[in-house]
Amino acid sequence: MPNLKDLKNRIESVKSTRKITKAMQMVAAAKLRRAQEAAEAGRPYAERFNAVLGGLAASSGGDSAPKLLSGTGSDQVHMLVVMTAERGLCGGFNSSIAKMARAKAEELIASGKTVKMLTVGKKGREQLKRDFEDTMVDHVDLSSVRNVGYDNAQGIANDLIHRFNEGEFDVATIFYNKFESVISQIPTAQQVIPASFDAPEEGAEEASTVYDYEPSEEGILATLLPSGVATQVFTALLENGASEQGARMSAMDNATRNAGDMIDKLTIQYNRSRQAVITNELIEIISGAEAL
Amino acid sequence: MADTMQFDLVSPERSLASLQATAVQLPGADGDLTAMPNHAPTITTLRPGIVRVESPEGNAEFVVTGGFAEVTAAGTSVLAERALPVSEVTQDILDGFVSDAAAASSNATAENLDELAKRTVDIAAMASDLGLSVKG
Repeated sequence: MPNLKDLKNRIESVKSTRKITKAMQMVAAAKLRRAQEAAEAGRPYAERFNAVLGGLAASSGGDSAPKLLSGTGSDQVHMLVVMTAERGLCGGFNSSIAKMARAKAEELIASGKTVKMLTVGKKGREQLKRDFEDTMVDHVDLSSVRNVGYDNAQGIANDLIHRFNEGEFDVATIFYNKFESVISQIPTAQQVIPASFDAPEEGAEEASTVYDYEPSEEGILATLLPSGVATQVFTALLENGASEQGARMSAMDNATRNAGDMIDKLTIQYNRSRQAVITNELIEIISGAEAL
Repeated sequence: MADTMQFDLVSPERSLASLQATAVQLPGADGDLTAMPNHAPTITTLRPGIVRVESPEGNAEFVVTGGFAEVTAAGTSVLAERALPVSEVTQDILDGFVSDAAAASSNATAENLDELAKRTVDIAAMASDLGLSVKG
């Protein structure tokens, strides 16, 4: 039975933990709003871009298509781009991405493919380092970046394209968490090289429009494909940012509630033992008086 | 009304403009063009330059550093990699464009050397249109 002073200390320490988790929850809520706004602001661009690029890609498929679209003709070497957060304390956010990437990597290795990994964000790297350290080719550190911008995405995309052109890999897939709601983030794997697009809906009005292309269809495709990779990476970064804050918010909300429950329990225990001590003293006094 | 069309200017980070316009001047990669309502459907890449929008409420100008434009009979959308209103362009931002272009040129390959050199020239031309100058 812990004594009164221990209990009191314990209650104090849980109380200060609760203050911290509460503050983190509020910070995450504020950041979540900003991240969600950023994700929404980026959506029109990505949607239009993919629609146009998808149309172009569908009409100019064939042997002459750029490698970024048609691939190298092989799928031996896979590049997995694992995007996670720079910080922890956000529930299963980082683990769910790492788990998905790990499953994919193991599956690829089991089928005789070569796996390379590029990690964005410290936490994913830490989780995957033990099993896949020798496959890791690079790490992008975004911890000094406050608001993820298109420049960051472009940097990652250019690096990927450069490696692709050097023949380092055949297929690139990015792993990130798609923001669904505060309590639900969906780990997503998306192939970015060779580019894959949702086929335009049949009978859609836009698909039937015949465009004039300047300079030329192939020229535009060649310029746009690298930007397409950057756009997909950027969308993933934004979704990830919103998911991270959402996950942290709900994790901290749970932690705050747990701390509250714990304080209640400890307080009851404290009061009980206080009463026990008082009762004990009374018994001692009374039995002492009776003995006289 | 057939004399206006929808104009959208979006960058990856935000949507800058969405309004009814009568004419839009675009800095196309193969030369400037003006899109008006009922223009033939066109997709063009853009070079660094200024997008001028004429609308019933007044004119607006935006600086873009590349990207592409999709013109249809009903509207024009510009998807720019970086875009901002002309009034927000300062010498510092311009210097940033110039140093980005210079950095890209310095590790250019034989194939895109021309393209990158053209980019630097385009930025200089844009700067003089804005009444700013490119250093060095």
